[in-house]
Amino acid sequence: MTKILLEAVRKSFRTLEVLKGIDLSVDGGEVVCVIGPSGSGKSTLLRCVNALESVTQGRVIVMSDPNCDLNTARRNIGMVFQSFNLFSHMTVRRNITLAPMDLKKTTKPDADALAVELLTRVGLEDKIDVYPRQLSGGQKQRVAIARALAMRPDVMLFDEPTSALDPEMVGEVLAVMQQLAFDGMTMLIVTHEMGFAREVGDRVIFMADGMIVEQGTPSEVFGNPREPRTKDFLRRVSQAG
Amino acid sequence: MDFAMTIRGSWSLLLTGLVTTVIVSLIAIAVGTVIGFVSSLMGLSRIWVLKALSEIYVWVIRGTPMIVQAFIVYFGMPQLIQTFVPGFTISAFTASAITLSTNAGAYLSEIFRSGINAVDPGQVEASRSLGMSQVRTMRRIILPQAVRITIPSLVNQFIITVKDSSILSVIGLAELVNRAKVYVGGTYQFFATYVLVAVLYLAVISALMVASRYIEKRLNRDKDPA
Ligand SMILES: Nc1ncnc2c1ncn2[C@@H]1O[C@H](COP(=O)(O)OP(=O)(O)O)[C@@H](O)[C@H]1O
Ligand SMILES: [Mg+2]
Repeated sequence: MTKILLEAVRKSFRTLEVLKGIDLSVDGGEVVCVIGPSGSGKSTLLRCVNALESVTQGRVIVMSDPNCDLNTARRNIGMVFQSFNLFSHMTVRRNITLAPMDLKKTTKPDADALAVELLTRVGLEDKIDVYPRQLSGGQKQRVAIARALAMRPDVMLFDEPTSALDPEMVGEVLAVMQQLAFDGMTMLIVTHEMGFAREVGDRVIFMADGMIVEQGTPSEVFGNPREPRTKDFLRRVSQAG
Repeated sequence: MDFAMTIRGSWSLLLTGLVTTVIVSLIAIAVGTVIGFVSSLMGLSRIWVLKALSEIYVWVIRGTPMIVQAFIVYFGMPQLIQTFVPGFTISAFTASAITLSTNAGAYLSEIFRSGINAVDPGQVEASRSLGMSQVRTMRRIILPQAVRITIPSLVNQFIITVKDSSILSVIGLAELVNRAKVYVGGTYQFFATYVLVAVLYLAVISALMVASRYIEKRLNRDKDPA
Protein backbone atom coordinates (compact mmCIF):
# COMPACT_ATOMS: atom_id res chain seq x y z
CA MET A 1 0.00 0.00 0.00
CA THR A 2 1.25 3.47 -0.86
CA LYS A 3 2.16 5.55 2.20
CA ILE A 4 3.55 8.68 0.61
CA LEU A 5 2.56 10.07 -2.75
CA LEU A 6 3.98 13.16 -4.39
CA GLU A 7 2.50 14.32 -7.68
CA ALA A 8 4.29 16.91 -9.81
CA VAL A 9 5.49 18.76 -6.74
CA ARG A 10 7.10 22.13 -7.35
CA LYS A 11 8.51 24.37 -4.68
CA SER A 12 9.92 27.85 -5.04
CA PHE A 13 11.45 30.24 -2.56
CA ARG A 14 10.59 33.60 -4.11
CA THR A 15 12.18 33.34 -7.54
CA LEU A 16 14.35 30.32 -6.79
CA GLU A 17 12.73 27.07 -7.92
CA VAL A 18 14.09 24.34 -5.68
CA LEU A 19 11.84 21.40 -6.60
CA LYS A 20 11.01 21.19 -10.28
CA GLY A 21 8.29 18.59 -10.57
CA ILE A 22 8.81 15.62 -8.26
CA ASP A 23 6.78 12.43 -8.66
CA LEU A 24 7.38 9.92 -5.94
CA SER A 25 5.51 7.16 -4.20
CA VAL A 26 6.72 5.20 -1.20
CA ASP A 27 5.04 1.92 -0.25
CA GLY A 28 4.41 0.67 3.25
CA GLY A 29 7.53 -0.94 4.68
CA GLU A 30 9.71 0.42 1.92
CA VAL A 31 13.07 2.05 2.68
CA VAL A 32 13.89 4.75 0.15
CA CYS A 33 17.25 6.48 0.25
CA VAL A 34 17.69 9.87 -1.41
CA ILE A 35 21.18 10.84 -2.49
CA GLY A 36 22.47 13.80 -4.44
CA PRO A 37 24.70 16.84 -4.29
CA SER A 38 24.24 19.56 -1.70
CA GLY A 39 21.64 22.13 -2.68
CA SER A 40 19.74 19.76 -4.93
CA GLY A 41 16.56 20.07 -2.85
CA LYS A 42 16.68 16.88 -0.75
CA SER A 43 15.88 18.59 2.55
CA THR A 44 13.16 20.65 0.92
CA LEU A 45 11.63 17.45 -0.44
CA LEU A 46 11.45 15.89 3.04
CA ARG A 47 10.12 19.10 4.53
CA CYS A 48 7.34 19.18 1.95
CA VAL A 49 6.31 15.64 2.90
CA ASN A 50 5.41 16.68 6.46
CA ALA A 51 4.38 20.18 5.44
CA LEU A 52 7.13 22.06 7.24
CA GLU A 53 7.20 23.72 3.81
CA SER A 54 4.10 24.28 1.73
CA VAL A 55 4.36 23.21 -1.89
CA THR A 56 4.01 25.79 -4.63
CA GLN A 57 2.37 23.38 -7.08
CA GLY A 58 1.35 19.74 -7.16
CA ARG A 59 0.15 17.49 -4.35
CA VAL A 60 1.61 15.70 -1.37
CA ILE A 61 -0.51 12.89 0.02
CA VAL A 62 0.44 11.02 3.15
CA MET A 63 -1.86 8.12 3.77
CA SER A 64 -3.64 8.56 7.02
CA ASP A 65 -7.09 9.74 7.89
CA PRO A 66 -7.86 11.92 4.87
CA ASN A 67 -10.08 14.27 6.89
CA CYS A 68 -7.58 15.11 9.58
CA ASP A 69 -5.89 18.50 9.91
CA LEU A 70 -2.24 19.20 9.39
CA ASN A 71 -1.12 18.79 12.99
CA THR A 72 -2.88 15.44 13.24
CA ALA A 73 -1.36 14.29 9.95
CA ARG A 74 2.12 15.23 11.19
CA ARG A 75 1.73 12.91 14.18
CA ASN A 76 1.89 9.98 11.78
CA ILE A 77 5.15 11.17 10.30
CA GLY A 78 8.30 11.11 12.42
CA MET A 79 11.19 13.34 11.42
CA VAL A 80 14.84 13.12 12.37
CA PHE A 81 17.04 16.14 11.67
CA GLN A 82 20.71 16.49 10.90
CA SER A 83 21.18 18.72 13.95
CA PHE A 84 19.16 16.50 16.37
CA ASN A 85 17.03 19.42 17.62
CA LEU A 86 16.40 17.87 21.02
CA PHE A 87 14.52 20.14 23.45
CA SER A 88 17.45 21.41 25.45
CA HIS A 89 15.45 22.44 28.53
CA MET A 90 13.99 18.96 28.98
CA THR A 91 15.37 15.62 30.11
CA VAL A 92 15.62 12.77 27.66
CA ARG A 93 12.51 11.30 29.29
CA ARG A 94 10.53 14.52 28.82
CA ASN A 95 11.73 14.89 25.24
CA ILE A 96 10.09 11.55 24.53
CA THR A 97 6.96 11.81 26.69
CA LEU A 98 6.03 15.41 25.81
CA ALA A 99 4.19 14.79 22.54
CA PRO A 100 2.34 11.59 23.56
CA MET A 101 1.18 13.18 26.84
CA ASP A 102 0.18 16.47 25.22
CA LEU A 103 -1.36 15.16 22.03
CA LYS A 104 -2.58 11.65 22.75
CA LYS A 105 -3.44 12.20 26.41
CA THR A 106 -1.18 9.30 27.33
CA THR A 107 -0.96 9.02 31.12
CA LYS A 108 2.35 9.67 32.86
CA PRO A 109 2.97 6.00 33.80
CA ASP A 110 2.20 4.87 30.25
CA ALA A 111 4.40 7.59 28.76
CA ASP A 112 7.24 6.67 31.12
CA ALA A 113 6.93 3.03 30.15
CA LEU A 114 6.99 4.09 26.50
CA ALA A 115 10.15 6.16 27.08
CA VAL A 116 11.86 3.20 28.72
CA GLU A 117 10.79 0.90 25.90
CA LEU A 118 12.03 3.24 23.16
CA LEU A 119 15.28 4.09 24.92
CA THR A 120 15.98 0.40 25.36
CA ARG A 121 15.39 0.00 21.66
CA VAL A 122 18.05 2.61 20.86
CA GLY A 123 20.32 1.34 23.65
CA LEU A 124 20.12 4.38 25.95
CA GLU A 125 17.86 3.30 28.80
CA ASP A 126 20.48 4.47 31.31
CA LYS A 127 20.31 8.05 29.96
CA ILE A 128 16.63 8.58 30.68
CA ASP A 129 17.08 11.35 33.26
CA VAL A 130 19.94 13.13 31.58
CA TYR A 131 19.77 16.45 29.73
CA PRO A 132 20.65 16.59 26.01
CA ARG A 133 23.86 18.58 26.48
CA GLN A 134 25.26 15.72 28.55
CA LEU A 135 25.01 13.35 25.57
CA SER A 136 27.38 12.71 22.69
CA GLY A 137 26.21 13.44 19.15
CA GLY A 138 25.43 9.82 18.41
CA GLN A 139 23.45 9.50 21.64
CA LYS A 140 21.53 12.69 20.87
CA GLN A 141 20.53 11.37 17.48
CA ARG A 142 19.39 8.06 18.94
CA VAL A 143 17.25 9.96 21.46
CA ALA A 144 15.86 12.03 18.59
CA ILE A 145 14.86 8.82 16.84
CA ALA A 146 13.20 7.55 20.01
CA ARG A 147 11.36 10.86 20.36
CA ALA A 148 10.04 10.62 16.82
CA LEU A 149 8.96 7.02 17.40
CA ALA A 150 7.03 7.98 20.53
CA MET A 151 4.10 9.15 18.42
CA ARG A 152 4.00 5.69 16.81
CA PRO A 153 4.33 7.14 13.30
CA ASP A 154 3.56 5.22 10.13
CA VAL A 155 6.43 6.85 8.29
CA MET A 156 9.86 8.10 9.33
CA LEU A 157 11.78 10.83 7.53
CA PHE A 158 15.52 11.21 8.08
CA ASP A 159 17.43 14.26 6.86
CA GLU A 160 21.13 13.40 6.83
CA PRO A 161 20.94 11.89 10.32
CA THR A 162 24.66 11.13 10.52
CA SER A 163 26.16 14.15 8.74
CA ALA A 164 26.78 16.10 11.95
CA LEU A 165 28.41 13.17 13.73
CA ASP A 166 32.02 12.27 14.36
CA PRO A 167 32.91 9.22 12.27
CA GLU A 168 33.09 6.86 15.24
CA MET A 169 29.44 7.62 16.10
CA VAL A 170 27.93 7.11 12.68
CA GLY A 171 27.70 3.34 13.12
CA GLU A 172 25.56 3.39 16.28
CA VAL A 173 22.93 5.60 14.60
CA LEU A 174 22.90 3.58 11.38
CA ALA A 175 22.48 0.40 13.41
CA VAL A 176 19.32 1.79 15.02
CA MET A 177 17.98 2.81 11.62
CA GLN A 178 18.79 -0.58 10.16
CA GLN A 179 16.86 -2.26 12.97
CA LEU A 180 13.90 0.04 12.29
CA ALA A 181 13.96 -0.91 8.63
CA PHE A 182 14.14 -4.56 9.61
CA ASP A 183 11.07 -4.09 11.82
CA GLY A 184 9.14 -2.91 8.77
CA MET A 185 9.08 0.87 9.20
CA THR A 186 8.41 2.93 6.08
CA MET A 187 11.43 5.21 5.74
CA LEU A 188 12.48 8.07 3.50
CA ILE A 189 16.15 8.79 4.17
CA VAL A 190 18.38 11.53 2.82
CA THR A 191 21.92 10.30 3.34
CA HIS A 192 25.52 10.49 2.22
CA GLU A 193 26.21 7.02 3.64
CA MET A 194 26.38 5.10 0.36
CA GLY A 195 27.21 1.85 2.12
CA PHE A 196 24.07 2.13 4.21
CA ALA A 197 21.91 3.05 1.20
CA ARG A 198 23.24 0.09 -0.72
CA GLU A 199 22.72 -2.35 2.13
CA VAL A 200 19.46 -1.18 3.72
CA GLY A 201 17.67 0.70 0.95
CA ASP A 202 14.98 -0.99 -1.12
CA ARG A 203 15.25 1.85 -3.57
CA VAL A 204 17.74 4.63 -4.19
CA ILE A 205 16.80 7.99 -5.66
CA PHE A 206 19.40 10.28 -7.14
CA MET A 207 18.37 13.94 -7.06
CA ALA A 208 20.10 16.83 -8.76
CA ASP A 209 18.98 20.37 -9.40
CA GLY A 210 15.48 19.88 -7.99
CA MET A 211 14.66 16.81 -10.03
CA ILE A 212 14.77 13.07 -9.64
CA VAL A 213 17.42 12.18 -12.18
CA GLU A 214 17.49 8.45 -11.65
CA GLN A 215 16.05 5.83 -9.37
CA GLY A 216 16.16 2.10 -8.95
CA THR A 217 17.36 -0.66 -6.68
CA PRO A 218 20.69 0.01 -4.98
CA SER A 219 22.47 -2.41 -7.29
CA GLU A 220 21.03 -0.65 -10.35
CA VAL A 221 21.89 2.87 -9.22
CA PHE A 222 25.24 2.12 -7.62
CA GLY A 223 26.29 -0.79 -9.82
CA ASN A 224 25.07 0.39 -13.16
CA PRO A 225 24.06 4.07 -13.22
CA ARG A 226 22.53 5.18 -16.53
CA GLU A 227 22.66 8.95 -16.23
CA PRO A 228 25.97 10.79 -16.65
CA ARG A 229 25.14 13.05 -13.70
CA THR A 230 24.66 10.02 -11.45
CA LYS A 231 27.93 8.50 -12.62
CA ASP A 232 29.71 11.78 -12.04
CA PHE A 233 28.25 12.18 -8.53
CA LEU A 234 29.06 8.62 -7.48
CA ARG A 235 32.60 8.94 -8.79
CA ARG A 236 33.17 12.13 -6.79
CA VAL A 237 31.65 10.62 -3.63
CA SER A 238 33.78 7.49 -3.84
CA GLN A 239 36.90 9.57 -4.35
CA ALA A 240 36.08 11.66 -1.28
CA GLY A 241 35.24 8.64 0.87
CA MET B 1 21.77 66.85 59.73
CA ASP B 2 20.22 64.68 62.35
CA PHE B 3 19.11 61.46 60.65
CA ALA B 4 17.26 60.18 63.67
CA MET B 5 15.22 63.35 63.78
CA THR B 6 14.51 63.25 60.04
CA ILE B 7 13.40 59.64 60.26
CA ARG B 8 11.13 60.38 63.15
CA GLY B 9 9.66 63.43 61.42
CA SER B 10 9.25 62.00 57.93
CA TRP B 11 8.62 58.30 58.21
CA SER B 12 4.83 58.35 57.98
CA LEU B 13 4.91 60.68 54.99
CA LEU B 14 7.69 58.78 53.23
CA LEU B 15 6.03 55.46 53.97
CA THR B 16 2.84 56.49 52.15
CA GLY B 17 5.06 57.61 49.27
CA LEU B 18 6.92 54.32 49.29
CA VAL B 19 3.67 52.37 49.23
CA THR B 20 2.49 54.38 46.22
CA THR B 21 5.84 53.84 44.47
CA VAL B 22 5.65 50.10 45.05
CA ILE B 23 2.01 49.83 43.98
CA VAL B 24 2.36 51.88 40.80
CA SER B 25 5.57 49.97 39.93
CA LEU B 26 3.97 46.59 40.48
CA ILE B 27 1.00 47.58 38.32
CA ALA B 28 3.34 48.81 35.60
CA ILE B 29 5.44 45.64 35.79
CA ALA B 30 2.37 43.39 35.59
CA VAL B 31 0.46 45.34 32.95
CA GLY B 32 3.64 46.21 31.05
CA THR B 33 4.61 42.53 30.92
CA VAL B 34 1.24 41.64 29.39
CA ILE B 35 1.39 44.54 26.92
CA GLY B 36 5.01 43.77 26.10
CA PHE B 37 4.32 40.09 25.55
CA VAL B 38 1.36 40.72 23.28
CA SER B 39 3.31 43.39 21.40
CA SER B 40 6.28 41.06 20.94
CA LEU B 41 4.00 38.39 19.45
CA MET B 42 2.48 41.02 17.17
CA GLY B 43 5.97 42.09 16.18
CA LEU B 44 6.82 38.51 15.21
CA SER B 45 3.55 38.01 13.37
CA ARG B 46 3.37 37.59 9.63
CA ILE B 47 0.25 39.78 9.54
CA TRP B 48 1.71 43.12 8.58
CA VAL B 49 -0.90 45.28 10.34
CA LEU B 50 -0.10 43.68 13.69
CA LYS B 51 3.61 43.92 13.05
CA ALA B 52 3.34 47.59 12.08
CA LEU B 53 1.23 48.43 15.15
CA SER B 54 3.81 46.84 17.43
CA GLU B 55 6.70 48.58 15.72
CA ILE B 56 5.03 51.99 15.84
CA TYR B 57 4.21 51.55 19.52
CA VAL B 58 7.77 50.66 20.42
CA TRP B 59 9.16 53.41 18.20
CA VAL B 60 6.98 56.17 19.68
CA ILE B 61 7.49 55.19 23.31
CA ARG B 62 11.22 54.67 23.03
CA GLY B 63 11.61 57.82 20.98
CA THR B 64 9.98 60.20 23.48
CA PRO B 65 10.85 61.11 27.08
CA MET B 66 8.55 59.65 29.71
CA ILE B 67 7.98 63.05 31.23
CA VAL B 68 6.37 64.17 27.97
CA GLN B 69 4.30 60.97 27.83
CA ALA B 70 3.10 61.65 31.38
CA PHE B 71 2.10 65.22 30.46
CA ILE B 72 0.22 63.99 27.42
CA VAL B 73 -1.67 61.33 29.40
CA TYR B 74 -2.41 63.54 32.40
CA PHE B 75 -3.03 66.96 30.81
CA GLY B 76 -3.43 66.32 27.10
CA MET B 77 -5.72 63.30 26.87
CA PRO B 78 -8.40 64.63 29.28
CA GLN B 79 -8.57 67.85 27.26
CA LEU B 80 -9.11 65.86 24.07
CA ILE B 81 -11.67 63.55 25.68
CA GLN B 82 -13.52 66.51 27.23
CA THR B 83 -14.62 67.59 23.76
CA PHE B 84 -16.64 64.35 23.58
CA VAL B 85 -17.27 63.70 27.28
CA PRO B 86 -17.66 67.03 29.09
CA GLY B 87 -16.18 67.08 32.57
CA PHE B 88 -13.89 64.12 31.99
CA THR B 89 -10.91 64.02 34.35
CA ILE B 90 -8.22 61.50 35.16
CA SER B 91 -6.53 61.01 38.51
CA ALA B 92 -2.78 61.40 38.84
CA PHE B 93 -2.60 57.78 39.93
CA THR B 94 -4.47 56.45 36.90
CA ALA B 95 -2.46 58.62 34.54
CA SER B 96 0.73 57.42 36.20
CA ALA B 97 -0.21 53.77 35.99
CA ILE B 98 -1.07 54.17 32.30
CA THR B 99 2.14 56.05 31.50
CA LEU B 100 4.46 53.72 33.39
CA SER B 101 2.79 50.54 32.06
CA THR B 102 2.86 51.73 28.47
CA ASN B 103 6.45 52.77 28.86
CA ALA B 104 7.60 49.49 30.41
CA GLY B 105 5.58 47.55 27.82
CA ALA B 106 7.53 49.00 24.91
CA TYR B 107 10.90 48.02 26.34
CA LEU B 108 9.63 44.63 27.48
CA SER B 109 8.26 44.03 23.97
CA GLU B 110 11.76 44.32 22.56
CA ILE B 111 13.18 42.09 25.30
CA PHE B 112 10.59 39.36 24.67
CA ARG B 113 11.00 39.62 20.92
CA SER B 114 14.73 39.07 21.07
CA GLY B 115 14.30 36.26 23.62
CA ILE B 116 11.83 34.43 21.40
CA ASN B 117 14.10 34.95 18.41
CA ALA B 118 17.01 33.48 20.34
CA VAL B 119 15.30 30.09 20.74
CA ASP B 120 16.75 27.46 18.41
CA PRO B 121 14.47 27.32 15.34
CA GLY B 122 15.44 23.67 14.90
CA GLN B 123 13.68 22.80 18.17
CA VAL B 124 10.60 24.66 17.00
CA GLU B 125 10.57 22.59 13.82
CA ALA B 126 11.09 19.39 15.77
CA SER B 127 8.08 20.26 17.89
CA ARG B 128 5.97 21.06 14.83
CA SER B 129 7.06 17.81 13.18
CA LEU B 130 5.70 15.90 16.18
CA GLY B 131 2.29 17.42 15.47
CA MET B 132 2.40 20.07 18.21
CA SER B 133 0.40 23.14 17.21
CA GLN B 134 1.94 26.58 17.03
CA VAL B 135 0.38 27.63 20.34
CA ARG B 136 1.50 24.46 22.09
CA THR B 137 4.99 24.84 20.68
CA MET B 138 5.04 28.39 22.01
CA ARG B 139 4.02 27.22 25.47
CA ARG B 140 6.17 24.10 25.73
CA ILE B 141 9.30 24.89 23.74
CA ILE B 142 9.70 28.59 23.00
CA LEU B 143 8.49 30.38 26.14
CA PRO B 144 10.30 28.29 28.78
CA GLN B 145 13.57 28.83 26.96
CA ALA B 146 12.89 32.45 26.05
CA VAL B 147 12.06 33.34 29.65
CA ARG B 148 15.32 31.85 30.81
CA ILE B 149 17.27 33.78 28.21
CA THR B 150 15.54 37.06 29.01
CA ILE B 151 15.46 37.03 32.82
CA PRO B 152 18.50 39.30 33.30
CA SER B 153 17.10 41.89 30.86
CA LEU B 154 13.63 41.58 32.38
CA VAL B 155 14.94 42.27 35.87
CA ASN B 156 16.91 45.19 34.53
CA GLN B 157 13.77 46.66 33.00
CA PHE B 158 11.76 46.10 36.20
CA ILE B 159 14.41 48.02 38.13
CA ILE B 160 14.28 50.87 35.64
CA THR B 161 10.49 50.95 35.98
CA VAL B 162 10.70 51.30 39.76
CA LYS B 163 13.17 54.15 39.43
CA ASP B 164 11.28 55.82 36.59
CA SER B 165 8.15 55.97 38.72
CA SER B 166 9.85 58.94 40.42
CA ILE B 167 9.42 60.95 37.21
CA LEU B 168 5.67 60.79 37.82
CA SER B 169 6.08 63.15 40.76
CA VAL B 170 5.86 65.91 38.14
CA ILE B 171 2.18 65.19 37.53
CA GLY B 172 1.52 65.09 41.26
CA LEU B 173 1.63 61.36 41.94
CA ALA B 174 2.15 61.11 45.70
CA GLU B 175 5.05 58.68 45.38
CA LEU B 176 8.30 58.63 47.31
CA VAL B 177 10.14 61.55 45.71
CA ASN B 178 6.99 63.64 45.66
CA ARG B 179 6.43 63.08 49.39
CA ALA B 180 10.07 63.81 50.13
CA LYS B 181 9.77 67.15 48.33
CA VAL B 182 6.78 67.98 50.49
CA TYR B 183 8.75 67.11 53.61
CA VAL B 184 11.86 69.12 52.76
CA GLY B 185 9.62 72.04 51.76
CA GLY B 186 8.67 72.41 55.40
CA THR B 187 11.85 71.31 57.15
CA TYR B 188 14.77 72.08 54.79
CA GLN B 189 16.42 68.78 55.80
CA PHE B 190 17.57 68.12 52.21
CA PHE B 191 20.53 65.87 52.84
CA ALA B 192 19.04 63.54 55.42
CA THR B 193 15.69 63.27 53.65
CA TYR B 194 17.05 62.52 50.19
CA VAL B 195 19.62 60.05 51.52
CA LEU B 196 16.75 58.35 53.29
CA VAL B 197 14.81 58.28 50.01
CA ALA B 198 17.81 56.75 48.26
CA VAL B 199 18.07 54.08 50.93
CA LEU B 200 14.39 53.23 50.53
CA TYR B 201 14.76 52.84 46.74
CA LEU B 202 17.78 50.67 47.31
CA ALA B 203 15.82 48.47 49.68
CA VAL B 204 12.94 48.00 47.24
CA ILE B 205 15.23 47.28 44.31
CA SER B 206 17.37 44.91 46.38
CA ALA B 207 14.24 42.98 47.28
CA LEU B 208 13.42 42.78 43.57
CA MET B 209 16.90 41.51 42.80
CA VAL B 210 16.78 38.88 45.53
CA ALA B 211 13.40 37.66 44.30
CA SER B 212 14.62 37.43 40.72
CA ARG B 213 17.82 35.65 41.75
CA TYR B 214 15.63 33.10 43.51
CA ILE B 215 13.40 32.63 40.46
CA GLU B 216 16.40 32.34 38.17
CA LYS B 217 17.91 29.65 40.40
CA ARG B 218 14.68 27.70 40.41
CA LEU B 219 14.41 27.82 36.64
CA ASN B 220 18.01 26.79 36.18
CA ARG B 221 17.67 23.95 38.64
CA ASP B 222 15.97 21.84 35.94
CA LYS B 223 18.81 22.71 33.62
CA ASP B 224 21.55 21.61 36.01
CA PRO B 225 20.56 18.39 37.71
CA ALA B 226 22.81 17.22 40.53
N1 LIG C 1 13.78 28.62 3.53
C1 LIG C 1 14.49 28.81 2.39
N2 LIG C 1 14.49 30.03 1.80
C2 LIG C 1 15.18 30.24 0.67
N3 LIG C 1 15.91 29.31 0.04
C3 LIG C 1 15.95 28.07 0.56
C4 LIG C 1 15.25 27.77 1.78
N4 LIG C 1 15.47 26.46 2.07
C5 LIG C 1 16.27 25.99 1.11
N5 LIG C 1 16.58 26.95 0.20
C6 LIG C 1 17.40 26.78 -1.00
O1 LIG C 1 16.92 25.68 -1.70
C7 LIG C 1 17.98 24.95 -2.30
C8 LIG C 1 17.88 23.50 -1.89
O2 LIG C 1 18.11 23.38 -0.52
P1 LIG C 1 18.01 22.01 0.26
O3 LIG C 1 16.65 21.43 0.05
O4 LIG C 1 18.41 22.27 1.65
O5 LIG C 1 19.08 21.12 -0.49
P2 LIG C 1 19.86 19.83 0.02
O6 LIG C 1 19.19 19.33 1.25
O7 LIG C 1 19.78 18.88 -1.13
O8 LIG C 1 21.27 20.26 0.28
C9 LIG C 1 19.26 25.64 -1.85
O9 LIG C 1 19.70 26.45 -2.89
C10 LIG C 1 18.83 26.45 -0.67
O10 LIG C 1 19.63 27.60 -0.56
MG1 LIG D 1 19.91 19.12 3.19
